[in-house]
Amino acid sequence: MSNPIEQIRGEALQSLASVTDSETLAAWRGKFLGRRGAVGKLFGQIGSLPQAERAAFGQQVNALQAELDAAFDARETLIQSQAMARDLEEGDIDISLPARPRRRGGLHPSTRTHREFQAIWADMGFHVYQSRDVEEDELNFSLLNLPPHHPARDMQDTFYTADSRVLLRTHTSPGQIRAMRELGAGGSKPIRVILPGMCYRQEQITARSEIQFTQVEGLAIGRNIRMSDLKGTIAEFAKRMYSPEAKVRFRASYFPFTEPSMEVDVECFLCGGEGCRVCKYTGWLEIAGSGMVHPTVLRNGGYDPSEWSGFAFGMGPERITMLKHGIQDIRYFWSNDLRFLQQF
Amino acid sequence: MLVPISWLKDYVDIDVPVESLAERLTVAGLEVAHIRYIGLPQQKVPGLQMPRSDHLVWDRDKILLGRIVEVKAHPQADRLVLAMVDYGGAEPEQCVTGATNLFGYKDQGEINPPIWSAFAMEGATVWDGHSDKAKRMTLKGKELRGIYNKSMVCSEKELGISDEHEGVIVMDHDDSYIAGAPLADVLGDALLDIEFTPNLARCFSIIGVAREVAALLDVELRYPSFNFLAEGEPIAGQVDIEIREPELNPRFTLTLLRDTQVKPSPFWLQHRLKLIGQRPRNNIVDVTNYLTFELGQPMHAFDYDKLVERAGGRPTIITRLPEPGEQLETLDDVLRDLGVEAILVADTAGALSLGGVIGGGETEISETTRNVLLEAAAWNNIGIRKTIKEQRVHTEASTRFSRGVHPSQAILGCGRGIELMRQLGGGAVATGVLDHYPRPPETVTVNLPIERVNRLLGMEVTLEAAADVLRRLEFEVELIGDVIRATAPDHRLDISSDEVVGQADLLEEIARVIGYDSIPNSIMADEMPPQWENTTVIIEERIRDILVGQGLYEVISYRFTSRESEAMLVPAGARSSPPEGDYVQIANPAASERDVLRKTLLINMLESAVNNARYQPSQQLFEVGKVYLGRGDLLPEEPLHLGILLTGSRDEPWWQGAEASADMDFYDLKGVVESLLAGLHIDDYSIQRGSHSSFHPGRSADLYINRERIGSFGELHPEVAARFKLTAPKVICGEIQVAPLIQQHQRLHTIMPLHTTPAVLEDIALVVNADLAAGEVEAVIRQAGGRLLKDVRLFDVYTGDQIPPGKKSLAYALTYQDDNRTLTDKNATKIRRKIIGAARHRLKAELRA
Repeated sequence: MSNPIEQIRGEALQSLASVTDSETLAAWRGKFLGRRGAVGKLFGQIGSLPQAERAAFGQQVNALQAELDAAFDARETLIQSQAMARDLEEGDIDISLPARPRRRGGLHPSTRTHREFQAIWADMGFHVYQSRDVEEDELNFSLLNLPPHHPARDMQDTFYTADSRVLLRTHTSPGQIRAMRELGAGGSKPIRVILPGMCYRQEQITARSEIQFTQVEGLAIGRNIRMSDLKGTIAEFAKRMYSPEAKVRFRASYFPFTEPSMEVDVECFLCGGEGCRVCKYTGWLEIAGSGMVHPTVLRNGGYDPSEWSGFAFGMGPERITMLKHGIQDIRYFWSNDLRFLQQF
Repeated sequence: MLVPISWLKDYVDIDVPVESLAERLTVAGLEVAHIRYIGLPQQKVPGLQMPRSDHLVWDRDKILLGRIVEVKAHPQADRLVLAMVDYGGAEPEQCVTGATNLFGYKDQGEINPPIWSAFAMEGATVWDGHSDKAKRMTLKGKELRGIYNKSMVCSEKELGISDEHEGVIVMDHDDSYIAGAPLADVLGDALLDIEFTPNLARCFSIIGVAREVAALLDVELRYPSFNFLAEGEPIAGQVDIEIREPELNPRFTLTLLRDTQVKPSPFWLQHRLKLIGQRPRNNIVDVTNYLTFELGQPMHAFDYDKLVERAGGRPTIITRLPEPGEQLETLDDVLRDLGVEAILVADTAGALSLGGVIGGGETEISETTRNVLLEAAAWNNIGIRKTIKEQRVHTEASTRFSRGVHPSQAILGCGRGIELMRQLGGGAVATGVLDHYPRPPETVTVNLPIERVNRLLGMEVTLEAAADVLRRLEFEVELIGDVIRATAPDHRLDISSDEVVGQADLLEEIARVIGYDSIPNSIMADEMPPQWENTTVIIEERIRDILVGQGLYEVISYRFTSRESEAMLVPAGARSSPPEGDYVQIANPAASERDVLRKTLLINMLESAVNNARYQPSQQLFEVGKVYLGRGDLLPEEPLHLGILLTGSRDEPWWQGAEASADMDFYDLKGVVESLLAGLHIDDYSIQRGSHSSFHPGRSADLYINRERIGSFGELHPEVAARFKLTAPKVICGEIQVAPLIQQHQRLHTIMPLHTTPAVLEDIALVVNADLAAGEVEAVIRQAGGRLLKDVRLFDVYTGDQIPPGKKSLAYALTYQDDNRTLTDKNATKIRRKIIGAARHRLKAELRA
């Protein structure tokens, strides 16, 4: 009679040799190595053997189990590597087929620019102060050193409301007065704020001018704020906003609410200052109006101008956004046209 | 204003290239927008970028100053003549020309006194005078009606001076002219186009600019002579002045020139006026215009005899307010009704001119005028601004007076004007000037400690350097210790007598002339204000981020709309839904459909959807922006609102399952809203049946926080949708107040610990009445499930054959979990029984088998 151990061994190894997939392999394992499998049954027979044979038989069954376990592992590794090889061989897809569309969403380009501004100014200690759109003539003009009939009022075409004392702010500057009065504690505390917001001017809507536009105004008030600080601070902003090498030029200008006043130009980042269509071949792009806060404005904000000084600046995020992205038409901004918005 | 360099050089020596000068002026606040070259080449200045100019550069060897010796008839052609031109060569050159302004010299022999013109030799390039477009041509010899011709005398158009092509340039004789000299040395020029900010009223003239140039280049300024030769009778006794409104007319001066001759001005004067865009008229009027530009003092010339005739004797010039109903016909042929905002120059017979603005027709200078009364006056700039506004008239005079001309200039203009008129037209000037000066402006003196200059500029400027700048600008400067005591020159009205403001005025002058570039860049060393966070801004931005994360695009709309547009949001017969408040009405709207400020974002959202519909099958938009609600106060409330709009297919079409996916509906927007609330960690809200009239009443909802309705959303009311032609695909939109979201957001929300105890998962299906709100069922389940019921998720809603009619089946996946121990089957069964019991008892629900 043949040895049952040898018989099972032969049967198992033979059938294992023909196993080529993991399902059959699992079945094979159940059949031979499972709790009620062939090897298990051999262990079960141990008890019925004579005492003297038990040890030897037990050793043989253990050896068989170890051998079959090893054979299983080897087979499993083989099958897995074959399957992997097959998958690598045959499982290609056409990666040139269009992607499954994802909903992306996007911030308005003006919001993006405003965030850039806010982040840079926050690093320099300027916080956002929000002020109102519908404003008193008094704050928009008179308290900013633009009394009625002042020639500089011609510089801004104003939307008035039915009440002639009330208008749509033509610039964010009335927020300067509000910020000074609210945060300055009667002219006793320093201030550093930026004032972003929508402004309005009664102009013809064209590719270059709009009836509403955003501005970011900055204001620093202290006991020792110098014109050199204004230059240094704006130059630092330009480095962060445009490029670490950005060159900045300051030109004398005029705003009723600052004195001295200056326009700030940055070297054209499109042509590197060589002169191009966008910078009108001057090599410079105008990025801000600025100046030392006018003594009258300081006074109107509650500060004593012989003790306190400050600087202010105003920038147009739309213009900067247009320059950065080559936007030719300012009317795109409030058009809400998804073809425009989806490009950011 | 156009400033010819040739004219500027009368008063100041300029030894830098015009391009550098333009840059220097621009940086100092006189912005040169453009340089127009005449004949001269554009120069390349290192480090300076300029737009490349496309003008004609005159060849110095081929375009020359030529003397027209004689004009002969053309043997073959009546409409051509032969100009014999001495250009410095051995023989005069014969030029065939059709210039009509030479015909008068035809066959008159040698012309004396000599006349000069621009002579172009063979090979010279000029503009083609016959072409409408700018076209260059190079002269080549050819026969013109039988006479060989290889050079020409040029018109202004051919040389790019002006569009004039009626005749050739004919210049009066000047002893300095040399035949054959390069024309560029005589007529070559560059014109600076300068834009003046309102504070630069004093610069609004050639002398004004020259004064700046002198200060900036630190060179001497040469004023012209303001004296005049008076040989006539004293002016007193020939005319009187009466100023009735000294505030509006602080000074009025008159001079008189008798027995002069009105005729065309000489070449130099006409040329200068033409360069700056003025049309020459006659020697008298041209002088008044010339002084407007040279000195910045507008003037007016009257025909004295007409004044005498009107007065029936010695005229009295009266400046006064108009009488009710008074009219005046002005030089622009407009009969003007004079309102309250005007000051008249009048005589005893009536109005003569609109003071400081425009003259009247009746007493103007004509060809027959013999005696000229010249007015130079000062006018209150605000008064002039009001006149301009009321009369809607803009002249060179009113532009200057409205910005402010110092009254000191009137007397200068008077002297220089009458002398020029005498020189050009002959005659005798009356002795003296009639000068009424009731309101001289105060002389302003400012004390400026040098320490203040250094502190505010952030750099060391020596006392002497600062004083030098002010002296260059013609301030009278005295040094008292470390203080500069500066008295403003008499052409400036912009220096304040308020000590601190005056100091700022001077500081600006010092900084500007020293150059802003020489001020260092520094980092603020001042005390840093307390740092604070603007929660409103942070949450506003978080709202944007959450919505963008859900695939929505942010829009920013016009805040202008119309009542009619917003009325389209309200179905017929319905009341409009919040927000309540009055419209902010724009008094001067850009367009009638933009005459109020919006009270809702919905109108913007819908208009955006309409505009995008042509290109976008599906849209997901939001806007965070203000609305404007009048509440009876002077200023409206400006609350921030959030508008959201969804329309079109939920997924974009793709190549797998190519048929369009389902359209978005109410539940998509509900998802957006709830995700937003979850992102802000606002748990304490409820969503209830909608009440907003713009939405479908059965497919919309109101959002409540703290029992307060803060917004509504849902499917657009079909009637509203029809008005906007937004019926298919359906539009789902909503509007939510942002302030309550900011108030309720949890800055410091607490998270749940991550438990390791196993969860028990179980599904139950409840059959309830079909009209029972699912929200109520879930609320009952959650309440009954208590602490151990961790999650309730509805996964199926069924109505149909397998359950009774009028019923629906709601299938929930429930998760039970105890944070501290493993739940047994027994525990789970107990919770389940409680849930089913409560559902039966409170909802009449049956467990579905």
